[in-house]
Amino acid sequence: MKRERTEVLVVGGGPAGLAAAEAAAGAGRSVMLLDDNPRLGGQLWRADVRDAQSPHGREVDGRRRRLAAAGVVVRMATTVIDAEAPTRLWAHCADELLHLHADRVVLASGARELLLPFPGWTRPGVFGVGGLQALVKAGLDVDGRRVVVAGTGPLLLAVASALRRKGAKIVHVLEQTSRARLARFGLGLWRTPSKLTQGLSLMLRGGALPLRAGAWPCEAHGDPTLRRVTVTDARGSTSTIECDLLACGFGLVPQTRLARLLSCEVDDGVVVDALQRTSVPNVFAAGELCGIGGHEKALVEGQIAGLAAAGQLRSARALAGSRRRALAFARRLARDFALRDALRRLVTDDTIVCRCEDVPWSHVRDHTDARHTKLTTRCGMGPCQGRVCQPALAYLLGHGPDRPRPPLRPVPLGVLAELRTTIEGTAR
Amino acid sequence: MTLDCDVVVVGAGIVGAACALRLAERGEAVVVVDRASPAGGATAAGMGHIVVMDGSEAQLDLTVSSRALWREHVGSMPDAVEYDPCGTLWIATDEEELATAEVKREVLRARGVEADLLTAAAVAEAEPGLCGGLAGGLRVPGDAVVYQPGATRWLLQRAVQAGAQLRPPVAVERVGDGRVALRDGTTLRARHVVVAAGGQTAALLETRALDDAIRPRKGHLAITSRAPGTCRHQLVELGYGRSAHGHAAESVAFNLQPRRTGQVLVGSSRQYGATDASVEPGVLGRMLRRAVALMPALAHLLIVRTWAGFRPATSDGLPLVGPLPHDPTVVLAAGHEGLGITTSMGTAALVEAIIHGAPSSVALAPFAPARAMAGGVGA
Ligand SMILES: Cc1cc2nc3c(=O)[nH]c(=O)nc-3n(C[C@H](O)[C@H](O)[C@H](O)COP(=O)(O)OP(=O)(O)OC[C@H]3O[C@@H](n4cnc5c(N)ncnc54)[C@H](O)[C@@H]3O)c2cc1C
Ligand SMILES: Cc1cc2nc3c(=O)[nH]c(=O)nc-3n(C[C@H](O)[C@H](O)[C@H](O)COP(=O)(O)OP(=O)(O)OC[C@H]3O[C@@H](n4cnc5c(N)ncnc54)[C@H](O)[C@@H]3O)c2cc1C
Repeated sequence: MKRERTEVLVVGGGPAGLAAAEAAAGAGRSVMLLDDNPRLGGQLWRADVRDAQSPHGREVDGRRRRLAAAGVVVRMATTVIDAEAPTRLWAHCADELLHLHADRVVLASGARELLLPFPGWTRPGVFGVGGLQALVKAGLDVDGRRVVVAGTGPLLLAVASALRRKGAKIVHVLEQTSRARLARFGLGLWRTPSKLTQGLSLMLRGGALPLRAGAWPCEAHGDPTLRRVTVTDARGSTSTIECDLLACGFGLVPQTRLARLLSCEVDDGVVVDALQRTSVPNVFAAGELCGIGGHEKALVEGQIAGLAAAGQLRSARALAGSRRRALAFARRLARDFALRDALRRLVTDDTIVCRCEDVPWSHVRDHTDARHTKLTTRCGMGPCQGRVCQPALAYLLGHGPDRPRPPLRPVPLGVLAELRTTIEGTAR
Repeated sequence: MTLDCDVVVVGAGIVGAACALRLAERGEAVVVVDRASPAGGATAAGMGHIVVMDGSEAQLDLTVSSRALWREHVGSMPDAVEYDPCGTLWIATDEEELATAEVKREVLRARGVEADLLTAAAVAEAEPGLCGGLAGGLRVPGDAVVYQPGATRWLLQRAVQAGAQLRPPVAVERVGDGRVALRDGTTLRARHVVVAAGGQTAALLETRALDDAIRPRKGHLAITSRAPGTCRHQLVELGYGRSAHGHAAESVAFNLQPRRTGQVLVGSSRQYGATDASVEPGVLGRMLRRAVALMPALAHLLIVRTWAGFRPATSDGLPLVGPLPHDPTVVLAAGHEGLGITTSMGTAALVEAIIHGAPSSVALAPFAPARAMAGGVGA
């Protein structure tokens, strides 16, 4: 076990974490930033292996250089797996256990996409929207492949256009929200002038992508690899589309397991005040973790959290206006892309809901709480520990989250065996 | 006074479930009440090792008879019980433990329990993953493993088929004089009330004399990802007895269980004084270091989850099974510490004998709650 000490520890190297680390270091604090991915940048900025010169690649490079200049220690491929106390975390890196002791912790662990089960969603060829995007960034070739992108939210269009730049043929972008809501969202964008919304309004107006609002996939067919997708809409009319890949994403859900392990209060995301303080002293949170609102919200929240963690409360408060605007945008996202009830009825009895343990819907549909479901059906007991099925069951059945248990990610037993108490005279 | 039923069973852990089944099959009108979903208490947190233990004569009586009752159902248990007759392999790390193994063999054989001493070479052959340098072992082939939440639900389902009624979750506030007061304001009346509320049992009684009789003894477990063939028996170090019966504030012992999924359940720790169920890194680390010391290859397996639970422990290691001295309508069935999965079956037989005044093959006296009451027996 290796011990490291820092004043400010930032968990997550996406926009929120990067901004927090830079702000705290700028205020003179010693800062360590860690992220479980080998590459910096989080979900949005993580570099494309074949294209380091992309705008995102350049953004991350610039930030990396600024962090290095400010003396920030950046540890990649390092995962926080357990906590001894809110500011004493254990992380796992290359078969080594690190004990990280900080004065303040900034949580910026982002979100994951919500995948809703429907017949055929486990076929080879069906992906999460973000999952497919990540695979493409990691080198997967989609040139000439016919792709249907389905689900909800601005991410669909962003990913569809990125896929098209890589040579994919976008057959359809199916947006579950109604045309009217989509138009309302589009109209609202002028109130939030920014790079993100500019891009979105262009995509919405240009009609460049074959966007169909008020429609969603209800079955993926194949033998077993995906061949066709059946699409339905509010009137109940269905049609079947031929395709090679289906990318689905029904919005994002904050990744709150670490925050919950530290006993931070959580509702739709981690609950924070205007200075990004959580309910636990010395623990701050920023970005998608506190509620879905895109990278500009993540940046301003990260900056506020970093400044506040460094004790620069006045500078942190000066950003209140930007934060308010970002939160207003987040509320519009939540309102205009709210999931329609029909999506709850896509599952059939034999639809697999837990892929790790092969648990069908018929086994879980009558259960009322997550823990009992798990004990009875093994749903969520597999290697992913419910990261995929728990948000889906929360949506389908209203289950609250199960109590998070260490390790937050699977770890070799030999590494976990290095755990030792460092606080004398306490139980934990 | 009209009764709502013959017997109310408070608690739908494995002990309450086994009692409910036994009584329902006997023709009693049984109502089972739990404040939460069945099998969510200590039962959910433990290992499902069905094991003969010889900590005392009474413990041996109860575990031997219980194991026989489990074995009666081999073949009729549904898949969800995951009954696996893998047997126990007790590991002797040194000559002293090997001597313990020899004594244990004699004690078990005297009860007709099959047990074979293994040389160090035979242990290595039976379990190639174990480290070298062991002194030998004792194999008890009749022991088994179950998935205890599945077993509990199976017992309850059969109880319901036999006519028992399982109430929707509601907490019990008080029990006494043939009455069960529920949090929702209802009072159930019955001829007998079986209190199988595990560690919460004493709090439901009118007497305060049992408040310190059942203490929580915390235990940690960890489970690996799938790695079939890692071990074939439930593996326990003989030093475990020291850990189980000693009263040290905190101890760990090597205890490994093969699961039907190919996963390995790794245990275990014992601690008095802890009240919060969170996983303690220091204890978990010690427990895992012990596991790697005896089975080095475990170091490479992934741990997907860890947790901790509370064994309901009494000071003499025996459960409290029997009527309250001043209120024979109330029959306790609680305090099974680290053996409740095993002894749920035998406990249900004792409870049946008590309620029907029938003869019991296991002596009742050592389990009588009176022994644990503050202020003297029967006070
Ligand atoms: C799958 C997916 C794809 C997305 N694609 C786009 C897109 O194309 N365009 C767009 O505008 N927005 C996209 N988003 C939205 C995006 O999340 C935000 O715009 C922005 O990246 C949020 O920044 P963040 O810093 O809050 O979180 P993230 O960028 O998600 O960063 C969080 C980081 O924390 C790390 N982490 C989490 N837990 C731990 C732990 N225990 N230990 C160590 N590290 C940990 C994660 O690996 C991740 O790198 C996507 C989101 C998701 C979930
Ligand atoms: C780490 C660990 C490992 C173990 N390994 C083994 C093993 O390998 N083999 C073995 O035989 N045993 C083992 N055990 C022991 C075993 O798990 C317990 O002895 C057994 O589960 C006790 O069952 P129970 O039904 O008495 O208690 P519980 O399962 O706790 O059931 C009590 C029930 O009462 C309910 N209740 C409580 N208060 C109220 C109230 N006021 N109103 C209504 N309902 C109430 C609870 O909700 C609960 O469902 C282990 C235990 C632990 C912690």
